[in-house]
Amino acid sequence: MMSLQKKLKHCVNEIKEQGETEAKAIQIGSKDRSKKRVEASCFVSMEVGRKMANMLGTDHDLNFKETELCLGLPGGIAVVAAGNETESSSSPKTNGKRGFSETVDLKLNLQSKESTMDLNKNLDDNGSKEKSGSAKDPAKPPAKAQVVGWPPVRSYRKNIMANQKNSSEESGNSGAALVKVSMDGAPYLRKVDLKMYKSYQELSDALAKMFSSFTMGNYGPQGMIDFMNESKLMDLLNSSDYVPSYEDKDGDWMLVGDVPWQMFVDSCKRLRIMKGSEAIGLAPRAMEKCKSRA
Amino acid sequence: MQKEMAYSFPDEVLKHVFSFIQSDKDRNAVSLVCKSWYEIERWCRRKVFIGNCYAVSPRMVIRRFPEVRSIELKGKPHFADFNLVPDGWGGYVLQWIAEMAGAYPWLGEIRLKRMVVTDESLELIAKSFKNFKVLVLFSCEGFSTDGLAAIAASCKNLRELDLRESEVDDLSGHWLAQFPETCTSLVSLNISCLGSDEVSFSALERLVDRCPNLRSLQLNRAVTLDKIANILRRAPQLVDFGTGNYAAELQPDVFSNLAGAFSSCKELKSLSGFWDVVPAYLPALYSICPRLTSLNLSYATIQSPDLIKLVSHCPRLQRLLFLIQVLDYVEDSGLEELASSCKDLQELRVFPSDPFGVEPNVSLTEQGLVAVSLGCPKLQSVLYFCRRMSNAALVTIAQNCPNLTRFRLCIIEPKTPDYLTLEPLDAGFGAIVEHCKDLRRLSLSGLLTDHVFEYIGTYGKKLEMLSVAFAGDSDLGLHHVLSGCESLRKLEIRDCPFGDKALLANAAKLETMRSLWMSSCAVSFGACKLLGQKMPKLNVEVIDETEPPDSRPESYPVDKLYIYRSVAGPRFDMPPFVWSMDEAVKILH
Repeated sequence: MMSLQKKLKHCVNEIKEQGETEAKAIQIGSKDRSKKRVEASCFVSMEVGRKMANMLGTDHDLNFKETELCLGLPGGIAVVAAGNETESSSSPKTNGKRGFSETVDLKLNLQSKESTMDLNKNLDDNGSKEKSGSAKDPAKPPAKAQVVGWPPVRSYRKNIMANQKNSSEESGNSGAALVKVSMDGAPYLRKVDLKMYKSYQELSDALAKMFSSFTMGNYGPQGMIDFMNESKLMDLLNSSDYVPSYEDKDGDWMLVGDVPWQMFVDSCKRLRIMKGSEAIGLAPRAMEKCKSRA
Repeated sequence: MQKEMAYSFPDEVLKHVFSFIQSDKDRNAVSLVCKSWYEIERWCRRKVFIGNCYAVSPRMVIRRFPEVRSIELKGKPHFADFNLVPDGWGGYVLQWIAEMAGAYPWLGEIRLKRMVVTDESLELIAKSFKNFKVLVLFSCEGFSTDGLAAIAASCKNLRELDLRESEVDDLSGHWLAQFPETCTSLVSLNISCLGSDEVSFSALERLVDRCPNLRSLQLNRAVTLDKIANILRRAPQLVDFGTGNYAAELQPDVFSNLAGAFSSCKELKSLSGFWDVVPAYLPALYSICPRLTSLNLSYATIQSPDLIKLVSHCPRLQRLLFLIQVLDYVEDSGLEELASSCKDLQELRVFPSDPFGVEPNVSLTEQGLVAVSLGCPKLQSVLYFCRRMSNAALVTIAQNCPNLTRFRLCIIEPKTPDYLTLEPLDAGFGAIVEHCKDLRRLSLSGLLTDHVFEYIGTYGKKLEMLSVAFAGDSDLGLHHVLSGCESLRKLEIRDCPFGDKALLANAAKLETMRSLWMSSCAVSFGACKLLGQKMPKLNVEVIDETEPPDSRPESYPVDKLYIYRSVAGPRFDMPPFVWSMDEAVKILH
């Protein structure tokens, strides 16, 4: 019990010391005033810290060491810099995290592609060097970097602006293409922003992450279904438990993969992951539409 | 002597007195005076506001307040607006409706924000409450026009149907026709969020025709400009109007018809909508501009000169929301014009048209906001997106506008320093909190160190809501806020190096707040578990979509953390990616 209290007092003293060194740099008035203010706030924190210490002290079962709550910051997490991928990748903890995801083979390509500055998200170091080529310039975030949820503009507003732009020069970044994704049997809908992905493979990876029992079948070199070959199509539908379908601009439900990726992004209104057996019903219509386009 | 005093007022008298007390805070104070006042008050409370639907259970509310007529509930955390809260997180209203259906047959008003509302919930509302009058679904989702049809068909005395910013599955426009011919009670209708291309316009027209008390109408984008005149002529009593589309080929007869229709609306004070604006039609508004107090052009893709011209006709403007366009010449001039003509301006919101644009278009800078602060001394509420800021500008703004109650500044690039001195913006925001003594809401951006939090902790005594992103150096920053801001209710933080120390040292503070959100910070799983164990009145929830937090060492930081006080205990509607740190809830994955 004593050691716990000691440890907490030590922590509070740490905060106080930090505050005092900071106080010297503060320019909000006289040195004395600022120091007093910091002292006052440290007094308050000491009071609370003391309360915490008392609270924790009464629990004999608390094994401080086991929970590693020695009130030191977890290793390698002091990421204050530009949030560049290479900097955070030097931290041993994030390496460990990456290792886990590698064994699960979840290929988080979409995140490295977008070069999110999310500090704790795991980043595929190799992938980022290939795709964004930003590793050489650590000071600035890579061009076209999109951080999730930043700037804080509501998707409602983003979608409206996207629809208003008649000709979008920056097709990758103007607004979002949020579509709902439902999966037969799953209790709730998800939403994806199609503009975050550059290919069917990336979309597949993202969907796999969201709906763990789903994987897309083999879609050929372009990532597109070969509708012309009926037997190949039937093989695909029979072999997969789940098949993604989408509602296009005309309101028709089509199989995902029938058109080139960009055309799909422009025309997809919503996604539905359905059972392969049900999807067979869509196939003839998809083939018809495909033939009429050719 | 004191006992006699208590008996000298019969209950009916006290009840009558209490009926004049409307505010929740006052009512809560009344209920604490003594047991008998508590009893009397709870039987006559008619309105309940629940800021976090998980802070209390429906049963508890019903038990304490048996005669409620109006309820307001909020669900998801604010950062859900920016896609930081995964779908399926929660905020379902169905259970509330189900329990209230039995307990409150006279419930007349339901207001929901950021909640998941299903068609089933809407149908239940339609079936259960005979005196249903007001339904406001602000930023909600999960329902379709089928649910709306049920409401329209069953609610004979519906006064208000407001779907602002909600996501509706628009299956068909025919739900509007479900309003019976006998329904004449509508006062407010907001369908601006509906996307369908087929709004049953004739049904809308007939509805507007037969509702003489309609004061507020917001149309959706599908309604074309030529239809506006028809609607306005049927409802000249409108006070608040949202156009649909405001674009069409310029035709003189359409223009004069529209201008005439607008001028016939003598009470019109507030305008919004304006998707796809054709500037040539803006002069149709000039006749009502002198009366306008509120103008929302935040979806209007109009250029600065047209905006300036329009705004210069509106001297009484108190509230202006608009969108900054990417242009070659400086937009600040527009704001300067605004500052000179709209002296009564209280609220200004400036949205970015191209938030992800890489090129820093110098179309709007801090100068615009400085100009407004100089010219509009009544300014209280600011939401401003821009690409550069300086401490000097912020100090000027703070000194010019000491009455600011809400200040939200978003410098688009994270960690942008003062563009003149390249220093952090600590001093600037410090000036804001120091001079604006009534500041209740603050959102920070730009390059910020722990110092800014010291200022906030020192001066932000009335601060209730603080949003922080990409700021701070250490736990000291968070500690300043939690230990200094006495009135703090909501704190939301993302991408800051705040960890366990400050959180644990200030654990008791969390019970005095509504909620705390931290994502992409440095709070360890172990600390979350400790908080969950030691603070039974807090629900500590860890959100992680990639893997369970206990599959990693305890010192590992959690992805997202949401802590809120609750008397209802942990919730049981959590999806697989949300873990409760409550001891009683075992991890069942």
